[in-house]
Amino acid sequence: MAYNLKATTEKPERLTGGHRMCAGCGAPIVVRTVLRALKPEDHAVIGSATGCLEVSTCLYPYTAWKDSFIHSAFENAGATVSGAEAAYNALKRAGKIDHTTKFIAFGGDGGTYDIGLQSLSGAMERGHDMVYVCYDNEAYMNTGIQRSSSTPKYADTTTSPAGKAVPGKPQFKKDLTQIMVAHNIPYVAQSAPFKNFKDLYEKAEKAIYTPGPAFLNVFTPCPRGWRYNTPDLFDIVQLAVDTCIWPLYEVINGEYKLSYKPKQKLPVEAYLKSQGRFRHLFAKENMHMVEELQQEVDRRWNHLLKLCGETE
Amino acid sequence: MKKKMNVTAESSWKEVTPGGVITESGNAGDFRTGDWRSMKPVWNSEKCKQCLMCFPVCPDSSIKVCNGKMEGIDYDHCKGCGICAKVCPFDAIDFVEE
Repeated sequence: MAYNLKATTEKPERLTGGHRMCAGCGAPIVVRTVLRALKPEDHAVIGSATGCLEVSTCLYPYTAWKDSFIHSAFENAGATVSGAEAAYNALKRAGKIDHTTKFIAFGGDGGTYDIGLQSLSGAMERGHDMVYVCYDNEAYMNTGIQRSSSTPKYADTTTSPAGKAVPGKPQFKKDLTQIMVAHNIPYVAQSAPFKNFKDLYEKAEKAIYTPGPAFLNVFTPCPRGWRYNTPDLFDIVQLAVDTCIWPLYEVINGEYKLSYKPKQKLPVEAYLKSQGRFRHLFAKENMHMVEELQQEVDRRWNHLLKLCGETE
Repeated sequence: MKKKMNVTAESSWKEVTPGGVITESGNAGDFRTGDWRSMKPVWNSEKCKQCLMCFPVCPDSSIKVCNGKMEGIDYDHCKGCGICAKVCPFDAIDFVEE
């Protein structure tokens, strides 16, 4: 069925208000959209790696989740949820369960790119019927904005502070989506919440209902860590996709498909200028760093276009 | 059978459920985050064209939609982030001081 925003509003809300995420946080927006993609009659078991989302949505004695939720540790959301899926299959085989349950793990970039990478890789390799969703806000926000392997080059964080000696994080961002593609699983996608949410909703639906393991990497702005004016979240996402810093694409059984090609590819300055974490790049002596970032974005974008069979 | 949880901030450790299990689902709705607000969105129903763009962008599930129609804002949980006011294409949501 074709995507219709109005129709999706009639689905049950599976994440309640009253959780303690910051005002204007991108993560619950992503989670709500992914959960709306579930069929209303299906049950879900959700697990989360340590991170803002986990500690703020499940603060004893309150839970914002309408579905079963497992409060996991930093390094093992993939293992926990894949184990629950294996148990479900065993009970189903024994005829003790007759309903359908879907399995979803959420992790931030810290719990996915860094600490939980081994358990994520294991869960995907073992072929469990589950979805791992990474809400990528590009640093360890829960503990106070420390750099992760997902933090973009030159971003100012508390462990890569921009100053006279070091101009922010010295390394480029790791491309986790490509690592997941290399697992040769049935479905891998990179998405972002933008426009009418068609992209994220449809990818979540495919990820959840494709048999076997699936991975979604979702761009998730953090107003506190990225230092932008809170209401501007969707302007930031639009700039990220229009500058090709965060390309939207999916890989179905190894076949690449580009989901969004900006009509006019914007220079990375537009995106960098929108956030305080990159402010130091616009000092006269640092302008060459903007140029360096532009070259790297172009290199990765052109490579992706080739993989997707598109030409510039 | 649903076991009613009766644990509050004042409860002693003896009353805490074994394993810290929360037996009610979605009970965070009982916790009011609305008092975090310093700014608040105000919906102007006359300007609203029912495009529902405010619905998916809310981090706090605080846009009340019933039968495909926007019906107002849940001030018990809205934290006043202002995202809905910013994305509204028809300026039907004002963002004002609380």
